Amino acid sequence: MHATDVLSYAYLAVGVIVMFGPVLWLVASSFKTPAGLLEFPPTFLPYSQQTVEVPGYDEPLPLFEVTLEDGTTERLAQIRRVGLQAQMVDPDDPDERITVGLDQREAIRELRLATENYTVPLERFNFLTYLRNSVVVTVVATLITLVVNSMAAFALSKYKFRGRNAVFLLIIGTLMIPISVILVPVYLVITQVGWVNNLWGVIIPGAATPTGVFLLRQYMLTIPDQLLDAGRIDGASEWRLYWQIVLPLSAPAMAVLAIFSVMWRWNDFLWPLIVLTRSELFTLQVGLNAFQGELNVQWHYVLAMTVLTLLPITLVFAFLQRFITTGIASSGVKQ
Amino acid sequence: MNGASRTKLNELPGKIAFGAVAAVMTVLGWAIEPIQRLIGVRRMAWVFLLPNLAIFGVFILFPMAMNFYYAFTGGTQLYPQNRPFVGTQNFEQIYTCTNYLEPSSCREDLFWRAVFNSGTFVAFHVVGLVFFALVTALVLNAKIRFRGFFRSVYFYPVLLSPVVVALVWKWILQRNGLLNGILDAFGREPILFLLNSEWAMFWVIVVTIWANMGFHTLILLAGLQSIPAELYEAAQIDGSGPVLSFRHITLPLLMPNVIVVLVLALIRAVQMFDLVYVLTGGGPGSATLLMVQYIYEVGFASQIQRFGLAASASVTLGVVLLIATLLQLRLSRGSESHLA
Repeated sequence: MHATDVLSYAYLAVGVIVMFGPVLWLVASSFKTPAGLLEFPPTFLPYSQQTVEVPGYDEPLPLFEVTLEDGTTERLAQIRRVGLQAQMVDPDDPDERITVGLDQREAIRELRLATENYTVPLERFNFLTYLRNSVVVTVVATLITLVVNSMAAFALSKYKFRGRNAVFLLIIGTLMIPISVILVPVYLVITQVGWVNNLWGVIIPGAATPTGVFLLRQYMLTIPDQLLDAGRIDGASEWRLYWQIVLPLSAPAMAVLAIFSVMWRWNDFLWPLIVLTRSELFTLQVGLNAFQGELNVQWHYVLAMTVLTLLPITLVFAFLQRFITTGIASSGVKQ
Repeated sequence: MNGASRTKLNELPGKIAFGAVAAVMTVLGWAIEPIQRLIGVRRMAWVFLLPNLAIFGVFILFPMAMNFYYAFTGGTQLYPQNRPFVGTQNFEQIYTCTNYLEPSSCREDLFWRAVFNSGTFVAFHVVGLVFFALVTALVLNAKIRFRGFFRSVYFYPVLLSPVVVALVWKWILQRNGLLNGILDAFGREPILFLLNSEWAMFWVIVVTIWANMGFHTLILLAGLQSIPAELYEAAQIDGSGPVLSFRHITLPLLMPNVIVVLVLALIRAVQMFDLVYVLTGGGPGSATLLMVQYIYEVGFASQIQRFGLAASASVTLGVVLLIATLLQLRLSRGSESHLA
């Protein structure tokens, strides 16, 4: 019994490292200078070599601690490297050059957060615009998804009418058809409606999700019909039965669909990538992809902007994690 | 003194949200309630169905039908009236091979590479994903402390967008990255993971498992927790050890959940695109090009947009997904009858 406990905790400890480690590594790396990022082997903390401004040189020069022939040490700045030797200069006495072997010196490093990684690229990576677009798409799409799907689920679970099973089967039949299979014709529809480069073109096509209808219908079937009959006797309209009786009672299922919808929409990539070509309409995911494509080698900016992109969802998760994990778990049991 | 005002403040957002919902619903009611007087209670079902069916019809059903039209027409025009009918030419294009096991012998060799890559990817991804999700769920189901915390740890990557996940790992796998740093500490030569065909596919599989396993773990964990504890107690009284209990109680009762997870993972794996697209771009060469990316490249990303080819590849993908769905129905029915 004891051995399995130890094994369990060992597995979980490794899990924490494997699951959180990569993101932590990203966050730590995003505070390194370009020179710090090139260091190999890499360090976790954002150490970087100290540099010093020397009169007569345009760029700041890297500082080294050099052991001289007579055994004393001195702080010198490097001008250039030539083979196994380096030309160095004393920052206080910039006219005299000293040639030093590479094995006689050691880089002087300091711990410094390169916050300019975050401030500089914001001119090109329009974080606030992308964030706004992502939030608009996620919130509006989720609201529409909830209303439209709950209405359909209400009809399919609380009325008996000819064609009900046909409609239900038609919807369920497309449960597994992703938008990636019908990309070309959906794009045609979007151009006809004039929704290319329009957030509605991202929001609407995925709003009538078969998963949502299925999930809500199954839940609403468990609500007794007598409640509705009582409401009808009291003279309530069908619309009021829907939103004042059935909707509040379906809150748990609606919450699960809301979680799913937020996750789908926030992370959606392929469809926005096709619909949106103007950068002021980009969502965070599309914007980040475009940014990393443009600046393939400028990792220090890409890393910082990746951290910005994962920040909002991480904050939401930090506050709602129990709600989210139990919600999704409950959807699995009902399958 | 501030107790009362604080509760009021806490309730405020909820009250506002509720008020907003009620207001919107009431206004919508002004439009919908007169219809009920017009057509009667019975036909109101169609009114409730209408918005969903409208979106569903325009953006799912109609495109599904149109997809076939595109698959049987050629040219590079998007508008249907400008597309000449070419019969089965698009399908011939992607299905003509002298040797089906050798992608380079096919006319559309990229498509076949994508098919083979997807096959390899799906097989290893699904097996690995279900295995790790199952092990993790079993560990989390044991009597451990901080279960909620650990559950969240495994779930966290699920919330990260595929683009972010891809960049996180691209950074770790690059030449000067963390992984090569670890190899260096053991005195090994650095490896260009994403520039080597086999390594690239390996890491595509690992990273997609990393990103998705938390979701499947949750579903399996919920299944495990719904198994009544009395069953295990009874088994213990009967003298069966943990291995026997697992074999005869856990496994059969968890089977429906395992099948759900298996099929969900399968369907998602067949549709995989974004994470791999950002991580490797389908490369090196076409070593990690998957089917959806092929459709995207042929239909949208390339200079000449060959919508017909993209559509016929989509039809192929649709057939694969249909088979996967039928498999699920078959399996879930089988497991239920097995339990009964």
